[in-house]
Parts: sequence; C-alpha cells; structure tokens
Amino acid sequence: MTAAREPVLTSGRASLRRRIDHGVKSLAQGRLGRTLVIALPYAWLLLFLLLPILIVLKISFSEMALASPPYTPMLQWVDQRTLSLSLHLGNYAFLWQDPLYMAAYLNSLKIAAVSTVLCLLIGYPMAYAIARAPSGWRIVLLMLVILPFWTSFLIRVYAWIGLLQANGLINHLLLSLGLIDQPLVLLHSNFAVYLGIVYSYLPFMILPLYATLVRMDLTLLEAAADLGAPPWKSFLTVTLPLSLPGVIAGSLLVFIPAVGEFVIPDLLGGPDSLMIGKVLWTEFFSNRDWPVASAVAIAMLLVILVPLLLFQRVEERETTEPTR
Amino acid sequence: MPQPRRDPASLESWQDPDARPFLEIRGATKVFDGATYAVDDVSLKIFRGEFFSLLGASGCGKSTLLRMLAGLERCTQGHILIEDEDITDLPPFERPVNMMFQSYALFPHMTVEQNVAFGLRQEHLSRQEIRTRVEEMLELVRMTGFSRRKPDQLSGGQRQRVALARSLAKQPKLLLLDEPLGALDRKLRESTQFELVNIQERVGTTFIMVTHDQEEAMTMSTRLAVMDAGRILQVGTPSEVYEYPGNRFVAEFIGAANLFDGRVASTDGDRVTIQTEGAPSDIVMHHAQPLAIGTPVTVALRPEKIRLLDEPPQEDVNWIRGTVREIGYLGDVSIYHVGTEGGLTVQVQVTNRGRQTLGPLTWDDVVCLGWDTDSGVVLPA
Repeated sequence: MTAAREPVLTSGRASLRRRIDHGVKSLAQGRLGRTLVIALPYAWLLLFLLLPILIVLKISFSEMALASPPYTPMLQWVDQRTLSLSLHLGNYAFLWQDPLYMAAYLNSLKIAAVSTVLCLLIGYPMAYAIARAPSGWRIVLLMLVILPFWTSFLIRVYAWIGLLQANGLINHLLLSLGLIDQPLVLLHSNFAVYLGIVYSYLPFMILPLYATLVRMDLTLLEAAADLGAPPWKSFLTVTLPLSLPGVIAGSLLVFIPAVGEFVIPDLLGGPDSLMIGKVLWTEFFSNRDWPVASAVAIAMLLVILVPLLLFQRVEERETTEPTR
Repeated sequence: MPQPRRDPASLESWQDPDARPFLEIRGATKVFDGATYAVDDVSLKIFRGEFFSLLGASGCGKSTLLRMLAGLERCTQGHILIEDEDITDLPPFERPVNMMFQSYALFPHMTVEQNVAFGLRQEHLSRQEIRTRVEEMLELVRMTGFSRRKPDQLSGGQRQRVALARSLAKQPKLLLLDEPLGALDRKLRESTQFELVNIQERVGTTFIMVTHDQEEAMTMSTRLAVMDAGRILQVGTPSEVYEYPGNRFVAEFIGAANLFDGRVASTDGDRVTIQTEGAPSDIVMHHAQPLAIGTPVTVALRPEKIRLLDEPPQEDVNWIRGTVREIGYLGDVSIYHVGTEGGLTVQVQVTNRGRQTLGPLTWDDVVCLGWDTDSGVVLPA
C-alpha cells in the first residue's frame, strides 16, 4: 500500500511546486497587474456605491426618531442577552398608501419617458447629420455638441430662467415684435421642465447614436438601393435596426437620470411638475424624515432597475437565440 | 485551365452587325472633383446572355464604370441604355440591374433568408412567392439549410454564395459583379469560377464582371474589355485579346510578352520584315494591314510560342541567340530568361515533357531561340 501511495504523494508535491512556479511566473508576467487594474474600479464601486445603497436600505427599514442620527437603530440590545433586530416596514406601506408618492413616481416616469422620446427625435437627425458630414466637419460638429459641458450644469439651467421668465428674453422679444400682448407663462411649467431636461441630456443621446451611425458600412445602403429600396425604406430596414444599440444606450443615458432629476424640476418646474427627486429632497431636508426619504430612494431605484433588468433579459435571449 | 463549355448561340451575337445590343454605353464619362477622369468616354455594346469582363489594374476605372451601370455613380457625361431604354438618370432602386458587391454587403442584422428576400420584399410579392423564390435561389447556390444563419455565422465562401443568391433573386436583366471572387482563397476561387459560369448559363442573365485577375477574366468571360486610365483599350473574346493584342499595354497586361521595337524594312503581301535593334536577324511577321516602310512598330511574342533551336535556321530570320540567365521551374513548364547579345531579356516557356530533374538547359547555356511568322503580332509602337 505504501508503495502505491508514494507516487501520489510526490505528484501532489510536484503539482504544488508547479502551482507556486505558476504563481511566481504570473506575477512576473504582470497578471497580478492586470487583476489589480480590473479590481480597483470594482473595489471603488463596491465601497462608494454598493455600501451607501446598503446603508440607505438599512435606514429605510427604521423609524424616525428625535435623535442624532434621526432614526431608530436596526440592531439593539434589549437586555444583556437579547439582540433585537427590528425591520420597520411602515415606510414602504406609507409610500404605497399616500397617493402623493405614487403620483410623483408616475409623473417622473412620464416626464422621463417623454423627454427621452423628444431627445431621440431631435438627437437622431443630429447624430445622423454629424455621422454623414465630411470627416473634417465631424470633429467640429461633435465639439459643438460637447461644448455646453464646459459650463456648469447649474448655471445652464439658471440661464433658462433668464430666458423663460415673464420679463425674460423670449417674452421680451415676442412682445416687442408685436406677436403677443401678454407675456407667456413659460417658466414654472411642465413645458419648462421638458425643455430643461431635453436641453441638458441631448448630448447623452447624440453621442452613442453618433458612435453607432459613424461605424455603419455605407455599402449596405448602396446594396439596399440596388435591391430596389428607396432611401426612406433603406433607412427603416437597414440604418435604423443597425443603430438600435445606439438608440438603446442613448435612451438609457437620458431616461435613468431624468427619472431622478431634481435640479431641473426644482428650478424650472411649477407646482404641478411633481417629480420624485423633488419629493425625496423635501422628505430629507424639510421634513427631516430620513427613513421615509430612504424608502423613497430605494423605491425609485427599483422603479428604474426592474424594467432595465427585464429589458436586458429579453435582449440576451434574443442574441443567444439558437440558430438552426 | 480548361474553359467551361458554352452554348455557341450566346457566343456569337456580337459578330452579327444587325444584332440589337442588350446594353449600350455611349460615351460614358465620370469626372471626380472636376479634374480626375475615372471613366473617360467609354462606349461599349454588350449582348444578351454574355458574360462580359472589365479587366484592368486597380484604379483603372473599371469599378467606377460598374457603379455607373448600377446607378451608384452618376454619369458626368454620356448615356447608358438597356434594350434601347435610357436609364442614365434612373436612381439605383429603379434600375432593372442588380449588383454583387465586392465586400458582399450582406445585411448583418438579417438572416440568410431575409437577406435573399430583401429585394423581393420591395416588389409587392406574396409571402408564398417570396418564400418559393428564396428557396430556389438558395438551392441554386447550394445554401439550403443555412437560411436561418446570420452572415457572421458563415464562412467567406458561403457569404459569397448568399450575396450571389441575393443579387439574382430579383431576376435582374443584368447582373453586375464587382470582384466576385476577390475575397476567396485560390483553391475555392478556381472551383467557384466554374460554378459562377454554370449558374449564369442556367439563369441566362447577362453578367458584367469587374476583375483585376486576367486568368479569371479569360476563363469565365465570353468577351472582355481591357481598361487603363479610364479608357477601354481593347474588347474581344479571351483568345482574340490574348492572341491579337491591339497594343503594347494589352500585350503586356494579358499574359507575358516579349517585345521587340523596330522599324518596317520591307513588305511583301501580308508579310512584313522588321529590323530590330536587339535581335541579330530580321523579324518576319504576318500582318494583314499594309504598313509604310520605316513605320516604328513593336513585335510581341508570347513566351510559349518561342522554341529552342539546335542551330540558327537556314533562312536568317526570326531567331535570336542568348545565354540562360534565370530558370523558373513550375512543374509542368519551365520558364527561362535568356539574355541576348543585344542586351534584351527574352522569356521562353518550355513544356517539361520528359521526367528529368535537370531539364534540357541549365544556367549560362548558350541557346538559339526561334519562332514562326504567325507566332507574334506587330503592334504600333
């Protein structure tokens, strides 16, 4: 028996040595470096994104208290031997029961969806035009799209107040031209919110669309024309489906931040432009109700995340569809 | 390389002076940026059922001419007529012409079936008709069973077949092929050449092919046009163009040619005697057209039409002496580069009849080369 075991042992030892050798070699070859490069951003995300979300989740299960921090702890020693874990679900029930929150969620989704569609309708022709412009012009046109980013987002939104208010630039111009007798109510309306969101997020729609459109093989359009498709039809059957990844990326980049948008509805919106970002702010800073504010935040995350995950599922199924 | 067999009726229509051309190009010109003549005053008549090749080096304007026929480039000048109908100003999607693109240009988001059906969908056909036609086409190119695949799941050769099926699906009057075999490897290219000709015979469509590969053009075409710098230099059957090149460029572009520059010394009926600088003897050639004495000419001789002689011929014409400088052994034939006393290099091709590793000649052998009066052609210098 011992004779039979011997080789196994040596081979085990050999494999261990091999593994050590392998480790040393991979270190020397910089595999560790590669791992580090990938691990660092993930560690960053874990620390500064996942952890805060977990903290918010924890607060959402507590009750408001006049304390510092202003909520009841989740874990508490009742006596020397009992640690009580209290999950307070009342905040979520409250969100569900109070129609204000539901209305705010629905309105946010509506405003975000309409803004996304508007961005797509405005951004697609722009991206298309840039992608088909002579190559020397493309960089200039792209620069013009990115240029607004060089000023602060807040200042750009404030600038719209100056343009839209009752004695603002637009009303002033229209009045002096004699087109209107009374200043139009532009500011503090849903219109102003749409305007602000579309204006601010348009580049996020244009850039991914441009990226897919500029990469498209133009002989495909020649082939479509050659096979008898007039230009509008080759657009619908070739260009549009091939640019779908750009449409999806752009739409997500606009829709997701637009749902939680706070600054634009706060500065440009009126009393009827109720959005969840604003509700969240009020709960947190005016009512000082951290647990409800946290519940609002978590619910908003779910509202955005769940349809996104479902969508991704469908996408995956489509691409991995078995081909016969 | 063997020639695919052809129906003789389809071969000869261009020789009939009364035959109505299927496609007529009249003075077609394409100018890019106001100065570059990509296609320069090209006129051409192509007949029904032909497999016509546009042959030339890259940048000679052959692809531009093809794109003009497809409607992808507008003619700066000139007209294009199909069956006497002027299609010069028709957009590509209204022309009875389809094109097979060099890159195949298959729609990557569509399956093979959808790709082939694309053209048919533009024609308001019933679903059933489209399906039947797609199946026919896939059968024609032997791609049945691949209909659900996407282009990126196919090999290069398979993609080529799908592209062919797609361009033939609409049963166009004229099919344009832009370097259809350019992306295939050599073995596949040779077998596909025959298949393409067979398919063309079966569907009876007129094919116009662009290629830079002279061997491809020679094997596949009924006729071919040699192009250079936007102009057509010569049109003819492959053997006409090979045996009777019209000028120096064609002689050198199609096959190999030994060129001797000289002057007409005397004429006797259809025989011309030409004095050259490189050859010690005069060259006597058959030439039907009369030539004035003193006219500068070039004699073109194909390497396979030159023989190795044991001694100079009795009549002191049509021979040359030289030393073997280089030997190219190709298995079936050997090619010798012979340096002549006059400082020329003459290429000779000899069939290796016997089985011998050394061959009849070796380096630095002094040889006599001879040829017949109808072995070469006399070209204007």
